[in-house]
Amino acid sequence: MDAELLEIRQHMGRFPPFDALDDELLDSVAGQVEVGYFKAGSDILQLDQELHELCYIRSGAVEVRRRTGDLHNRLGEGDIFGHFSLLRNHRVRFPARALEDTLIYYIPEPVFRRLCEADEHFADFVELERPRLEAAVEEHKKANDMMITRVRKLLTRYPVMVEAGASVQEAARQITASQASAALILDTPDGDPRHTFTDSEDRPWRLHGILTDSDFRTRIVAEGLSPDTPVGSLASGRLITIQSDESVHEAMLCMLRNNIHHLPVLYRRRPVGIVHLSDIIRYETHSSLYLVSNIFHQSSVEGLARLAPDVRAAFMRMVEEGASSQMVGSALSTIGRSFVRRLLELAEEALGPPPVGYCFMVNGSMARNEQTIVTDQDNALILADDFEPERHDAYFLRLAQFVSDGLAACGYAYCKGEVMATNPRWRQPVAVWKRYFSEWIEAPTPERLLHCSIFFDLDSAFGEEAYVEQLQDLIARQAPESPRFLAAMARNALNRKPPLGFFRTFVMEKDGKHNNSINLKRRGTAPLVDLIRVHALACGSRAQNSFERLDDIAATQLLAPGVGEKLRYAMELLSMVRIRHQVLDLQHDQEPDNNIEPENVADSERHHLKDAFQVLSHAQKFLKYRYPVPAPTGRAR
Amino acid sequence: MLSHRLGSRSSGLDWPAYLQRRAAEAREPMLRTFFAAGWPAPDTPLAETPLVALDLETTGLDVQRHAIVSIGLVPFSLQRIPLAERRYWIVRPSRPLSETSIAYHHITHSEVAAAPDLEAILPELLEALAGRIVVVHFRHIERPFLDEAVRARLGEGIRFPMIDTMSLEARLHRLSLWSRLRRWMRRPPVSIRLGDSRRRYGLPDYQGHHAMVDALATAELLQAQVARHYAPELPVSALWT
Repeated sequence: MDAELLEIRQHMGRFPPFDALDDELLDSVAGQVEVGYFKAGSDILQLDQELHELCYIRSGAVEVRRRTGDLHNRLGEGDIFGHFSLLRNHRVRFPARALEDTLIYYIPEPVFRRLCEADEHFADFVELERPRLEAAVEEHKKANDMMITRVRKLLTRYPVMVEAGASVQEAARQITASQASAALILDTPDGDPRHTFTDSEDRPWRLHGILTDSDFRTRIVAEGLSPDTPVGSLASGRLITIQSDESVHEAMLCMLRNNIHHLPVLYRRRPVGIVHLSDIIRYETHSSLYLVSNIFHQSSVEGLARLAPDVRAAFMRMVEEGASSQMVGSALSTIGRSFVRRLLELAEEALGPPPVGYCFMVNGSMARNEQTIVTDQDNALILADDFEPERHDAYFLRLAQFVSDGLAACGYAYCKGEVMATNPRWRQPVAVWKRYFSEWIEAPTPERLLHCSIFFDLDSAFGEEAYVEQLQDLIARQAPESPRFLAAMARNALNRKPPLGFFRTFVMEKDGKHNNSINLKRRGTAPLVDLIRVHALACGSRAQNSFERLDDIAATQLLAPGVGEKLRYAMELLSMVRIRHQVLDLQHDQEPDNNIEPENVADSERHHLKDAFQVLSHAQKFLKYRYPVPAPTGRAR
Repeated sequence: MLSHRLGSRSSGLDWPAYLQRRAAEAREPMLRTFFAAGWPAPDTPLAETPLVALDLETTGLDVQRHAIVSIGLVPFSLQRIPLAERRYWIVRPSRPLSETSIAYHHITHSEVAAAPDLEAILPELLEALAGRIVVVHFRHIERPFLDEAVRARLGEGIRFPMIDTMSLEARLHRLSLWSRLRRWMRRPPVSIRLGDSRRRYGLPDYQGHHAMVDALATAELLQAQVARHYAPELPVSALWT
């Protein structure tokens, strides 16, 4: 490496996509750079100018605008621009101007092409056909789940081990006493050090085989062997084992390949446990399942409230182990519903059986299975149609009060908009609810649209599910037929717009203003959820979850090909960043919220977020055209 | 423009005449070719002038006692500095290397011992400089050391027009009314060292004292100085000395 190029390559090596290049490639880039200086206010790239270089900002700041003059992006040290044009027609589409005195490193096109060919990561970064967003989400998916979790994490205890001379009856007794389903058979060493290990008392052993529950049926009872048969005499094939630092995924594949249900786990040559196939299956949801069963074992509100830290712990564990936003959202929603159900059971115990049938409906993120750790309660009561307010409402008010207060005690804040069953407006018989929904669809007003965006994510948490299903049917039937309603919902979905991206330690807005932090729910996930809901309403989807709604939308012609996929990636990315920042807050003993501060956003995450904002922004623009306000009917031609 | 007036005053020497005379009189063919190369006319606009940034690292500041250890250069224009065309040589100084200069340039005894004498690389060096206006930061090193080194080897010296980014900074910061006022008020003068000068233009800090890095740093500085203070149409003779 030429020492004189150190300055350049060290700088580039700090920023994506160059940070992932191998040293040799990076050296070759540094040696081919051309340098140019621009004083603040001067043009770097002019519209339609021919371009054969990638531009890298060594120092200073650059503003990139659209053809229309709108701000497209603001870039700082280490950012690149011009790749758009390089990959297309070599004409500058977005003119660039120096905001501050700026030093540009130009990377000639042949070098740029070589990088795209030699480095997949680099190509993904600059390539627009296969957007980085997709690559980022896929990479996250690849890198997590069972792949990175080592199989030793699944082990809860040492294996049962019996000596080869013991009888099968003795082995069965030991397995039963340990509440296990298999034992390892140990023999004296045969001289081959590859099979020999020493136990904690320094005695050498050889791992001879494994004896499982099903072996007692197939190899002992079915064969008519005596209970006194020594376990060592049982014919044993090649023993399949796995090293403790292999991934859970690898363990699963190994079991499937060999058609076995028990897999001995070794640390070097010493057995440290046995994994059963069910351990792996249980693994993914283990902690939330445990928590749910714990919720149903509580007999008081106080007991339930004490589980709040466990909810946070389960949330953190899931995120740290690389769960997707859909897994996290559905686990937390399941936990939330379990609290609701248990509270209703406790309420009925205290208040007596309900005078008429009811359904406790949940709305918003819980209905969508998209809850995070920062959430408030949105719920309502749908009562049977023989409900008589004078006679029955006192009961249901107390029931609603009990649940709402209980949820608040468990960490689910009261809804500021009073969307709770404690509000008499939202404690009504089925017929009234149907009237509400029909009115909202037929004559949308701003207030009603607000209600639609909350209540049109709806699911039953307890009681007569059929009531909620009737309402879901009503929506699926009426909404697609109501262009005026869809147009109103579409406009409503445009109220909250994403920012443009980041610039240094600021969030950059479309008008060029800077902010210190961004509420990723308000500016990212919520508008995206709103937008997906409009399309879902238009196609009569009954799904509540945004990803499932996108599946339904994909079966129609509502969106151009590929757009649904982009929205899915944007949704996953925005949700995941939001969730990860909540975990960061928890790790720092701070109250988690929906805000992220740009200085806590890694470089690569910035680029991905910016892409996701852009997907959202494009989709919002399309929404307006897709659901236009219909011309008033009855107008003379 | 103030700087323009000062520029014409300081260029006391008539460079085209000097280059022409040396092309005719030089005995050494290598030098004849050098001086006869197509040099930019005095009225060539800066934006069209072929430039080359040059930096020498020496064992000290005294041309009589010290010698050149390394040479870095990069041809460039006001628009672009193509690093692929950079050149860098370590040469064996004709006078011994002191410990302090080793610490300073990070060039070691063994590197120097393996290096050629400047005479061996002289043809390449002259070819890279010929026909371009040489840009240096503080010409009182590059000009006398190169002149002396060539004189010692070829029997006759070498001079050519240079743009000195340090004296451009001095014009701006040392000779202005404001800076004279500062001096009168006994404020310390503005630093015109390479790194400090660069910082005033928002240029990044580079690790100094490597001939190639300093040549690049000087090229960037001139681009910045012209972008901020001069018109690209300004004749090159307004800045050369």
